[in-house]
Amino acid sequence: MILNFDSEKPIYIQLSEAMEDDILKGIFEEESQVPSTTEISISFKINPATAGKGINMLVDEGILYKKRGVGMFVSTGAKSKIHQKRKNAFYNNFILSLMDEASKLDISMEEIVNMIERGKRK
Amino acid sequence: MSVIEVKNLTKDYGNTKALDDISFILEPNKIYGLLGRNGAGKTTLLNFITNKIFPTKGDITIDGDRVFENDKALNTIFYMMEKNLYPEDLKVKEIFKWTKEYYTLFDMEYANNLANKFELNVNKRVKNLSTGYTSIFKAIVAMASNADIIIFDEPVLGLDANHRNMFYKELIANYSENPKTIIISTHLIEEVGAVLEEVIILRDGKLIEKKSVEELLASAYIITGEASKVDEYLKEKNYIGEETIGKFKAVTVLDSIYDKNEALAKELNLDFAKVELQKLFISLTSS
Repeated sequence: MILNFDSEKPIYIQLSEAMEDDILKGIFEEESQVPSTTEISISFKINPATAGKGINMLVDEGILYKKRGVGMFVSTGAKSKIHQKRKNAFYNNFILSLMDEASKLDISMEEIVNMIERGKRK
Repeated sequence: MSVIEVKNLTKDYGNTKALDDISFILEPNKIYGLLGRNGAGKTTLLNFITNKIFPTKGDITIDGDRVFENDKALNTIFYMMEKNLYPEDLKVKEIFKWTKEYYTLFDMEYANNLANKFELNVNKRVKNLSTGYTSIFKAIVAMASNADIIIFDEPVLGLDANHRNMFYKELIANYSENPKTIIISTHLIEEVGAVLEEVIILRDGKLIEKKSVEELLASAYIITGEASKVDEYLKEKNYIGEETIGKFKAVTVLDSIYDKNEALAKELNLDFAKVELQKLFISLTSS
């Protein structure tokens, strides 16, 4: 997990994204335990409330779950949930702005597809 | 639980107002940063909270009890002062013992553990400690005090990077284990920024901000690019602190990061950057 204190993103969002990345990469397997809020806040020297906020976002989305008195675990199906979420974000962040810019520049659908093909070969 | 309430606090020294009508409430179990330039009134404010001086006007209560001449309220607070007020001829371990007399919840085992971790020799006399180790020693006494409210005035003074790193980690571990109200007054804002939940900023004896760090950082952003283009972007915008190097200009805009004019910035070929707590602080407190 890496946090970038110079990034424009709030630290709690970076934390939840970094945790998601590690789940996608298999560093944290489904049904395995992840570091506690305390461990995270100590090792990154961040306020425990900030760490808690980042972790709770993932709990709310069903990516992590709490076992009382034991700790925090990766939910079954977390990987595909993150995949789906990132796919939606890809559509919203890249595709929609791509279509927007394309219409401003009068680029046809066919040209866009050609450009994507060209980009793929690079 | 210890709610600190400061009401209309004013302190005059002759004609100067060291503190000017300050009011705020500190909720329990949060880590606060008290920020301000030299002479802004930070230490004066802390001296009030710990009943070291009397206000000209105003009041401070902890859980509704006034702190003035109130031993019960004061025993819930531990104040690590920047100045060293410990008897210089005493050994560190003697001061640990002495502290336990006043703060009965003082955790001797934890204090010795911390001394070990920081390689502080408890058999040394206070007067023989270096600046860095004087800070470490005082910080250890404060952390082990087990008070509901712990105030640190420049806790990392003279500490090397390694010891500062250890201090922040031990502080967070201490807080996580035993949530309490922590107030840190410091000039090293950047490295403590992420540790804080809220900041209180004083300027010329006045309270100018009391906000969560997250909110504060979201309330400003930096716009950079070619100077004339930046000026164009700034029309009808509230901004502080600008830096110009040749034709390049960077300006701190006092506006929510969620209200950036992305389209205009793109058109003018400008870039956004995150405002750093330290820079924002400098902009907010410079005259």
